[in-house]
Amino acid sequence: MTDFIAPDFQPAVAEIFLLTMACVVLLVDVYLPASKRGITYVLTQLSLLIGAYLTLSLPMTETVITFNGSYINDPMALVLKLFIYLVSFLAFLYARQYLVDRGIYRGEFYVLGLFAVLGMLVMVSAHSYLTIYLGLELLSLSLYAMVAFNRDSSLSAEAAMKYFVLGAIASGMLLYGMSMIYGATGTLDIGEIAAFIAANDSDSVVLKFGVVFLVVGIAFKLGAVPFHMWIPDVYQGAPTAVTLFISSAPKIAAFAMLMRILVDSAQGMHVHWQDMLIILAVLSIIVGNVVAIAQTNIKRMLGYSTIAHVGFLLLGVLAGTAEGYAASMFYAIVYAITTAAGFGLVILLSRAGYDAENISDFKGLNKRSPWFAFMVMIVMMSMAGVPPFVGFWAKLQVLQAVVSIELVWLAILAVLLSVVGAFYYLRIIKFTYFDDADEHVPEIAAPVDVKIALSFNSLLILALGIYPSSLMALCVASIAA
Amino acid sequence: MFDSLPLLSLVIWLPIIGGVVVLFASRGEVGLQRLLALAFSVATFLISILLYSGFDVATPQMQFTEFAAWIPSFNVNYSLGIDGFSMPLILLTTFFTVIVVIAGWEVIKKHVAQYMAAFLIMEGLMNGVFASLDSVLFYVFWEAMLIPMFLVIGIWGGQRRVYAAIKFFLYTFLGSVLLLVSILYLYFETGSFAILDFHAQSIGMTAQTLMFFAFLIAFAVKVPMWPVHTWLPDAHVEAPTGGSIILAAIMLKLGAYGFIRFLLPIVPDAAAEFDWLVITLSLIAIVYIALVALAQEDMKKLIAYSSIAHMGFVTLGLFVVFSIFRQTGDIAGAALGVEGAMVQMISHGFISGALFLCVGVMYDRMHSRRISDYGGVVNTMPVFAGFMVLFALANTGLPGTSGFVGEFMVILSAFQVSFWIAFLAALTLILGAAYTLWMVKRVIFGDVANDNVAKLNDVNSREFWLLAVLALAVILLGVWPAPLVDVMHSSVDHFLHHIVTSKL
Repeated sequence: MTDFIAPDFQPAVAEIFLLTMACVVLLVDVYLPASKRGITYVLTQLSLLIGAYLTLSLPMTETVITFNGSYINDPMALVLKLFIYLVSFLAFLYARQYLVDRGIYRGEFYVLGLFAVLGMLVMVSAHSYLTIYLGLELLSLSLYAMVAFNRDSSLSAEAAMKYFVLGAIASGMLLYGMSMIYGATGTLDIGEIAAFIAANDSDSVVLKFGVVFLVVGIAFKLGAVPFHMWIPDVYQGAPTAVTLFISSAPKIAAFAMLMRILVDSAQGMHVHWQDMLIILAVLSIIVGNVVAIAQTNIKRMLGYSTIAHVGFLLLGVLAGTAEGYAASMFYAIVYAITTAAGFGLVILLSRAGYDAENISDFKGLNKRSPWFAFMVMIVMMSMAGVPPFVGFWAKLQVLQAVVSIELVWLAILAVLLSVVGAFYYLRIIKFTYFDDADEHVPEIAAPVDVKIALSFNSLLILALGIYPSSLMALCVASIAA
Repeated sequence: MFDSLPLLSLVIWLPIIGGVVVLFASRGEVGLQRLLALAFSVATFLISILLYSGFDVATPQMQFTEFAAWIPSFNVNYSLGIDGFSMPLILLTTFFTVIVVIAGWEVIKKHVAQYMAAFLIMEGLMNGVFASLDSVLFYVFWEAMLIPMFLVIGIWGGQRRVYAAIKFFLYTFLGSVLLLVSILYLYFETGSFAILDFHAQSIGMTAQTLMFFAFLIAFAVKVPMWPVHTWLPDAHVEAPTGGSIILAAIMLKLGAYGFIRFLLPIVPDAAAEFDWLVITLSLIAIVYIALVALAQEDMKKLIAYSSIAHMGFVTLGLFVVFSIFRQTGDIAGAALGVEGAMVQMISHGFISGALFLCVGVMYDRMHSRRISDYGGVVNTMPVFAGFMVLFALANTGLPGTSGFVGEFMVILSAFQVSFWIAFLAALTLILGAAYTLWMVKRVIFGDVANDNVAKLNDVNSREFWLLAVLALAVILLGVWPAPLVDVMHSSVDHFLHHIVTSKL
């Protein structure tokens, strides 16, 4: 019997803090009268800020593995975590007024949100399949509940049901794949699995099957075609504030999961998962872009656009090169920031008793508010991949990754379909700038903090587009480490 | 004294900053916004004059170069420089922005600040395209430029503006993304994004062929060449006057500039192999589109189609050089074609810009562009009619105007290859005369057609000076093209030596 050695808690200090704070917020909220709910909100945002500070205070360049090899803190984890904090912070900020207006301004939103953030952090720092699964389930369960958050809406309930059932299947797939890998290698530790694959024949049937199931599970969580069915319904059905949250930060965590599972542990199986990812990427880019054109509901449209973006994100990873991984990491971060601004603008157009649901709600925004019309243009052009906005660089890098492994046809296909995609982004700009508003549309009445944050968020997309260098270098450096 | 200034950065960023300043003045006086816009555009024009006066015509090297690392991890640099091809085009851009600002002075009534800002920002971006030596930087400017034009057409355009704006954007976007893939491929081959490194790279025939078609599509859309020209009449008809002027005078030139900067020097062997294709498409543009122009009822549409036909001369002049070289081995003979193409680009810029301005002047008074709504304008607007007739004659290639010089040079060089190519190209002199003069006859001459025409006022002093400056430019270039040709001479020579050398 070995002596118990206490693990090094230091690398996980931010997670521990957030867990504590989630419990504190839960308790505090129970004893708060509804009128003082602002305290819950402030506490939550403070937790995120302090969490970010704690993460930042960790050594930036070292790789530390603790908790018996199940937890890792490396530069990639640090960078991804910081953006998870940032995007979640923005998401909670945009959400507040929306929830107040709809009478669903309850503490659970923030408690669940904090647990979801915690789940994401755990996923990002996982160094064992078990940890990944733990983080994933913590995130997923929180999100299921958040989708159903508006109890009076049958649409939300339906979406939550769908999300839950499909999400459970996905988790099952993932777990099944993990168990096969465990069966073949005898370990759940990512480093040991990688070593095993490197040392042994990667042609083992069990391993291959395992990887197939892992890819399916990841594809489900990312929303890649043909495992995308839940995305449009969940995006549309969930309250916009929740959609905003689901679509942004968790994509960064999903990218981390992809990296940890496929790259860190199964890099040796690259030849096997590459083809699968190519199929997923191609289908996602085609289906996402083409179907999005037919949508009139903005949340649904952005859902399909997410699917297309996931396809692009996969392009970098499937290249199997360090540059490719860095490109995908950049893509994931950029996507999360852009989509937060996108849904933030949808929330901006909504107000008490009125949800901006349709694309036509953007009509005449330029007349009502030239400033936010400009923000809409930035966000949409960035999503379409037009320079000088940061979305362009994201696309450029993943395309470069595919061209560098001589899959030029894939790059051509991707860019041609991004022209198709440009059409529906342009349509939003068209409504914003070229059309006149309907008579009854009231003024934009968002609180000042939302306006400031939204402006910051959108201008960040422009600023990163003009000077993408530092974020790119950060991604490259953290992947190389 | 100006040597130390980064002049190229100034012609790019001064108007862009100006645009932002004007935007922030949008709450203030309309007069102030206009004055600011004018000040920035004139200042930029003056800087481009400095560029011109400091330009060394003796060397084909890139001049006024600037270099700064932009994205080191991706090897993308902020690298600028101009040669004899870009110099005249930058001058044209800065000149026409001043024209557009003045042309929109009283005409634009809604969102004045946004309108002026869009054109200023567009000016900076277009100068950026002409000055970029890094392909990614080039691409960023190339694409970003679409956004203000898209908004200009969509916000200030005519009835079907939304359709035209989206069509414009998607067509040109489609073309550009193929350019992007080619750039990435070249980066993969050379490890650099510098355009001059691309020029030096030897490439296999298969890759050359594929890239040739990618480049061809990318730039043909912009020129535009038949059959990818259909966005142009729509965009022109729906765009406000300023938009039409910039589109015709400068944006179309970007396509031809792309041929010169990318396609021909990077994949010369494939270009030599497929030159017949481009020549055929150019001839179709020259003859068929001229016939289409003949059938137009709308003045703007007619001039738009005429632009496509005239741009056919540019592509013809550029691609005819391979045959000349094959047949005569004479680089000086081939130079005529390329210089003709360049002169044609500049001259067409002035003429089409002026013609669109003329249509704009009439449209402001009558709110119609239909030829049949006019007739006998000369009776009520004699001064205007004089200008209009001059530009129309220049458009038909009348000797003594700039329109003649370029076309003549291109036809002459085509003659060295084949009588029939020259013959077909020269048909434009007849067809062009037919559609332009027929329009002039129906619009300007004859008896006063209706009461609306009878009530027309002649040009005011603002319009007079605009047209006078353009008329001066058209005639000056026609009788004395030397200042223009001299600038490009050594660059053309260098360019030809480069493209007749195989890169296989």
